[in-house]
Amino acid sequence: MIVQWPCPGGDEFAVAIDRGRRFRLLIVPPLFAEMNRTRRWLNGTMRALDLRGIDSVMPDLPGTNESQQPFAAQSLHAWRTAMARAARHFDSTHVLALRGGALVFPNVLPGWVVDPVSGSTLLRQLLRARLIAAREAGRHEDSANLLELARSDGIELAGYDCSPALIAGLDSARPLDEGQREIRLGELGGAPLWLRAEPGDDPAQAERLATLIAAEIAA
Amino acid sequence: MSDDCDAALRAVLGDVLGLNAARLAALTPESALLGALPELDSMAIATLFGAIEDRFAVVFDDAELTGDTLADYASLLALVHGKRPA
Repeated sequence: MIVQWPCPGGDEFAVAIDRGRRFRLLIVPPLFAEMNRTRRWLNGTMRALDLRGIDSVMPDLPGTNESQQPFAAQSLHAWRTAMARAARHFDSTHVLALRGGALVFPNVLPGWVVDPVSGSTLLRQLLRARLIAAREAGRHEDSANLLELARSDGIELAGYDCSPALIAGLDSARPLDEGQREIRLGELGGAPLWLRAEPGDDPAQAERLATLIAAEIAA
Repeated sequence: MSDDCDAALRAVLGDVLGLNAARLAALTPESALLGALPELDSMAIATLFGAIEDRFAVVFDDAELTGDTLADYASLLALVHGKRPA
């Protein structure tokens, strides 16, 4: 179900399956388009976790999804603060961070990271998508110039209005995992949905992720 | 051109474009990519090149990310193959 939670800058929404149980997992989703590509799959993972006796919550990052806050006001720092606040609000005992979610998750919690990615890799991909789109439209853009502009004035990348602060964060951020276990794609089987051009689903893979978490959370 | 390079490139295309095994197996060197696959928008192209870089441990120059490279399967395979150490 959808619940509201208090976040700096205004209330935010979260998908939550909360039956007041002992294990309570905070899910920090991937960033940008990868968030949309994995949303159904992560919802399926939450239902699979529920069947295994684990509560879970997936909060919106401010400025994304159902959030009322402007994307242009966001930074990695703001997302980090928000996710730490969500962990406190929902009394999370564990965390699962995926891809760019590993740049902003509360790493004081035990848990798992899936295919963590550096901010510079994400930024490079977004800049490239813009270069390719410009080229298709017959304009020439140059990634070094674009990055300079982005650092000083902010930039629109793949429909996201990125502030200079977000660009600066992405430019230098590395995954924050510290003792969390890294889950490799080989353990999950199937294809990485976060790479897929169209949002997809893989219920069997969601079951395997939930099974793996359930086995290790109680160990 | 080595078979493992071909197989790995097909696998990356499958991951990014969500092509099933039958569609992947049906890819020939002449199979058109850009223009023939509606999934290949600018974000998907950027994702595809990023995934290829990860899989093959190579780095592309911006100048290499052109429509020519993605004209057909042979042109993409040639680019990847040319990047790998002999």
